[in-house]
Amino acid sequence: MPRRRGRGVANRPYNRGMSTQNLETIAAAFLGYIPHMRECGLSLVRGSPEGVELRMPFREDWVGDPIRGVLHTGPITVLVDSASGFAVLAATPVPETIATLDLRMDYLRPALRDKDLHCRAECFRLTSQIAFVRATVWQDDREQPVAISQSAFMRSSTGKPWKPEARA
Amino acid sequence: MSDAAAAPLADPFREARRLARESGDFSVLVATVPYARYLGVQLSLHEGRPRAMLPFRQELVGNPRLPALHGGITAAFMENAAMLHLLYQLETTRVPKSIDFSIDYLLPARTEELYADCEIGRMGSRVAQATIRCWQKSQERPVAVARAHFLLMTPE
Repeated sequence: MPRRRGRGVANRPYNRGMSTQNLETIAAAFLGYIPHMRECGLSLVRGSPEGVELRMPFREDWVGDPIRGVLHTGPITVLVDSASGFAVLAATPVPETIATLDLRMDYLRPALRDKDLHCRAECFRLTSQIAFVRATVWQDDREQPVAISQSAFMRSSTGKPWKPEARA
Repeated sequence: MSDAAAAPLADPFREARRLARESGDFSVLVATVPYARYLGVQLSLHEGRPRAMLPFRQELVGNPRLPALHGGITAAFMENAAMLHLLYQLETTRVPKSIDFSIDYLLPARTEELYADCEIGRMGSRVAQATIRCWQKSQERPVAVARAHFLLMTPE
C-alpha cells in the first residue's frame, strides 16, 4: 500500500514518519511504560504517520458532574495530550523526546458517563524544531465531537532518539 | 441522580460551601466532584482565597525518565482549581461547565506536589473567565499558566 504523505514536508529527512509496525511497537511500550497512560487504560486503535487514534475506557472516577451524568473535562485533556504527543512521535522517523509548549481545548458538547472516549490526533505541520497538532474527541459519533484541540510541541534539541526502556 | 430529579432547585453544594467558608474545610466540596476526588485535589484558604494543592502519586507520572508529571495532569489539576474556586465563591447550583481551556507549559512538572491559584478576571451572569497559575517549590517559578471560560448555572 503506498504511504500517503502531505505537502512535501515529508521529503525532508527529519520529517519522515515511522512505519505503522514500528509505531505499534512504540505505542505498546509507551502505553505500558508511562504510569498515567497505563492508569487511564489508554489503547492504540490505529496509527500511521498521518495520525493516531487512542481509546480511553469509561471509569467512574472520570465523572465531573454526577447530577447531570457528565464527564469531567480533565480526563479529556489527559487523553488529548497523550494522543497529540503520540501523533508527533508517529510523524517523526524515530521516537524522540518532545515537550508540550501549549494546548488549547474547546469543549463542544458534554461527554456522557458510561461511554468510552476516542481521540484522533494529527500532526499537520512538522518543522525541525516544532510540531503542530490538532485533535478531535468523540464518544459514539465521530461527527459529533465532544472536544477539539490544537497544540504545539517542541522537538528534542539533542537529536537523541527516545528508547523504550525495560519497565522499572 | 434521583435526588436531583425530586428536588431540582436544591443546591447540592450548600453544605459543602458553608463548611469551606466557615471552617476552611474543603473536603466535602471536593468530594462533590468525583474526578477532583480521584486526582486528590486539596484546597485551603490563603489570605482569604482558595489555593489548590495536588499531592504527588506515582500514577500521575507522564515521563518516568525525567521524571515528570503527565502534562494532562497539570492541565486537569488547573481546570479543577478554577472549577472548585468558582463553586466556592459563587452560589451556583451546578458544577460550572468548561467552555474552553488553554495552557502554556513553562517548565516540566517534577514528581512533587503542585500548587495553583486562580484569579477570576470577569464574572458575568452566565460566563466566568479565569486565569490559573501553577507552581511547585517556588511560587515565582510557575510550571504552567492557563486561562479558561466557564458557563455558570446560578439560582434564577
